[in-house]
Amino acid sequence: MATAQSDLSIKRQKPRTGERLIVQALFVCAVLSIAVTVGIIAVLLLDTVTFFRESSIVSFFTGTRWAPSSGGGGVYGVLPLLNGTLLIVLGALLVGLPLGLATAIYLSEYSSSRVRNVLKPTLEILAGIPTVVVGFFALNFVTPTLLRAVFGNDRVFVFNAAAGSVAVGLMVVPIIASISEDAMRSVPSSLREAAYGLGSTKRQVSLRVVVPAALSGIAASVILAMSRAVGETMAVAIAAGNTPKMTFDYFTSIQTLTAAIAQIVGGEAAAGTVRYNALFAIGSTLFVLTLAMNLLSARVVKRFRQVYQ
Amino acid sequence: MSASTEVFAPGALQRGATRTPAKVALDAAFAVLLFVGTIVGVIALGVLLFTIYDNGWERLMADPGAFLSNYVSRLPARAGIKAGLYGSIYLMLLTALFCFPVGVGAAIYLEEFAPKNRVTDFVEANIANLAGVPSVVYGLLGLGVFVRFFALGPSLLAGSLTLAVMSLPVIIVAARESIRAVPQSVRLGAYALGATRWQAVWTQVLPAAIPGTLTGAILALSRAIGETAPLLVVGLPVVIFNLPNSLDDPVSALPLLIFNWTSRPQASFAEAAAAASIVLLALLLAMNAVAIFLRNRFSIRW
Repeated sequence: MATAQSDLSIKRQKPRTGERLIVQALFVCAVLSIAVTVGIIAVLLLDTVTFFRESSIVSFFTGTRWAPSSGGGGVYGVLPLLNGTLLIVLGALLVGLPLGLATAIYLSEYSSSRVRNVLKPTLEILAGIPTVVVGFFALNFVTPTLLRAVFGNDRVFVFNAAAGSVAVGLMVVPIIASISEDAMRSVPSSLREAAYGLGSTKRQVSLRVVVPAALSGIAASVILAMSRAVGETMAVAIAAGNTPKMTFDYFTSIQTLTAAIAQIVGGEAAAGTVRYNALFAIGSTLFVLTLAMNLLSARVVKRFRQVYQ
Repeated sequence: MSASTEVFAPGALQRGATRTPAKVALDAAFAVLLFVGTIVGVIALGVLLFTIYDNGWERLMADPGAFLSNYVSRLPARAGIKAGLYGSIYLMLLTALFCFPVGVGAAIYLEEFAPKNRVTDFVEANIANLAGVPSVVYGLLGLGVFVRFFALGPSLLAGSLTLAVMSLPVIIVAARESIRAVPQSVRLGAYALGATRWQAVWTQVLPAAIPGTLTGAILALSRAIGETAPLLVVGLPVVIFNLPNSLDDPVSALPLLIFNWTSRPQASFAEAAAAASIVLLALLLAMNAVAIFLRNRFSIRW
């Protein structure tokens, strides 16, 4: 039997030597992506370690003052920057979460396909607006025309966390909307029909059946949006200011981790100085924060996804 | 009538089935709320575009030729975007040159040749994570590796390599999707005619996957070209008065100009920033139009 079978089986042609080389070249392309990761980690780690040799790691993570250009090599406490980033993330969620979720539910459960075909590309356009342009919009419209008109000129500073939050919030709407909508659409319609059969209204079906069933996808989208808000640079650097401080006042100027990088680079710190190395210490903090959020988001999807037949 | 209701358990009916006016109103209110939430995003986009138009159109149209062909200036009225516009186009072309072949190569490997093992899993997880790294961190990578370690300086080469590295995961994902969309029967047909795996990929799969890949690549490039943070960190200049003649020459970019002008207090620079934004948005729009055209014109429906 065995011999007969091997006689009959058709062997796929052996790859020629040239082909083996091609496949190896392709493999190198794929592995290059690992080189990129290694490069990022190496670059960040190297200068971060140098930074912590010259500047205490404890005072970096517990210090409440960030002043890289102050005398004696500067003061580097990262908490004010984390405080600024936290303000932006929370503010962006406050704006982006309701809008993004409403859009997702509307697109998935309510809209006709004609409306969908208009709305989805529109969201893609919003996602494609360069962040520096969104920053311009925040500085020249959101602050003067929106915030100052509502809360008063004296209350709202020219650069303020609220404008940055609105800008970043608008940027995360497409992320939350598209990922959540995908999750909601993949909820089988039999669940919806069962709920309708029990006499549910459309609102009840949406809120009590579809949203809970799609919760893992929604949660993942929110975490991704937060990660994006942490890493957003230009809109925040333009509209939210460059004043690192410990505050929860949304109407004053703050500074985020990313804006601090932009500012030090803008000051053109010479290589090897403490200031220059501080760039990479912030970069490492940023990298670890966003990586943790992205991994968490992927894990939430994997772990809590409801599988329907 | 009353007899038929008694068939059901009373509690079950009262829960959802009774459509009281209050409940109907609540449902309608919810639908309106969702629609408003959706439309707010659209309105915000509209207001954003109008703000840019309102601030920049006059400045752009006052003398479009001069605005496009002048270099930057301390006098807002004379400032132009030549260095930024050409710089962005140079950066875009080089970025495409660097990351398209590598990205497509990686995608072909992962879709067609990669064995199911730990290395492959690791590469895939790695690409997914790279896509989530903030662009400013890619800037630090460019600063540390290209500008300092390879001593390229804040040059055209360093800038485009940084953007290429940043766009790589996006292009890989796009290319993989369009390769995956080619049905297995195409490959099997090629094998049946005696093709080797590579011949099947090169002559059948790749041509079919090219439109989708190009579309994805152009979209990735249009994102890269709108990025400011990595170029800022790499240290590309704003104030230069010639276009790059070689890869080692410094180059500027449109988003850098916009950022620089936006950061200045004078209103006339804000107008210049808005005018430059209009040009940048037009450039992106053109790229997206090409991408959509390619998708509609050349994509194959199986």
